[in-house]
Amino acid sequence: MDQGFFLLFAAVAVITALIVVLARNPVHSALALMACFLQISAVFVLLEAPLLAVVQIFVYVGAIMVLFLFVIMMIDVREAVLQRFLPGGNLPALVLLVLLGAEMLVLVLSSDRFSATEPAAMGGGDQIRELSTTLFADYLLPFEVASVILLAALVGAIVLARKESG
Amino acid sequence: MVPLWWHISLGVALFVIGAAGVLLRRNILVVLMSLELLLNSVNINFIAFGRYYADFRGQIFAIFVIAITAAEVAVALGIVVALVRNKSTLKVDDVTVMKG
Repeated sequence: MDQGFFLLFAAVAVITALIVVLARNPVHSALALMACFLQISAVFVLLEAPLLAVVQIFVYVGAIMVLFLFVIMMIDVREAVLQRFLPGGNLPALVLLVLLGAEMLVLVLSSDRFSATEPAAMGGGDQIRELSTTLFADYLLPFEVASVILLAALVGAIVLARKESG
Repeated sequence: MVPLWWHISLGVALFVIGAAGVLLRRNILVVLMSLELLLNSVNINFIAFGRYYADFRGQIFAIFVIAITAAEVAVALGIVVALVRNKSTLKVDDVTVMKG
């Protein structure tokens, strides 16, 4: 049951990811990426990480993709639709990608560290409560640093996108 | 249950597809979307390892990755808007001002 669902979600995720890269129109890429993020959040649910699944949908599908579509709407992408798709002379990049994928797959399949079929039993009790206790107790400093980074990004984005006043 | 290496293989597939988008496409918006794909494949790995070794730190790192991604997208799209306003192009090949 789990395996069937995982294969379904993984297949749709890979297909939509291919559409993201292969589509000529950036709007089609953005919509395919949205579908891919939904599949990935379904995989998170299968991994018993419901909080991450919800955060994935909120942040990626709800915020980031809407931001992308908003920018695509603001700027003229008709020229981008016409432009040459995958221009020639990319042989080194293709060889690099094939080598990278083959290397990672060989390492994953030949190692016995990845052969675990049963997940370790999670301690009983409220998992989200334990997760947030760990986050706000042991990882409080990184959490605060992340909030400062978000603030800096907010200010930076406003400064970058502002019209030059002279 | 699903074996661990299935999740890792899904992560590998999405990572290679995202890297292909970053290296082969010339549209800056599609390059940014492929970057999102790369970060998500890493998140799958974090959460899968965290689940199979019963450790919360995988999920915590995934949360930080998502936060950093949100910041990165905000700044990158600001740069894209400034780029379109100043040079009116979307191709990464046309932006070589800093090339030596």
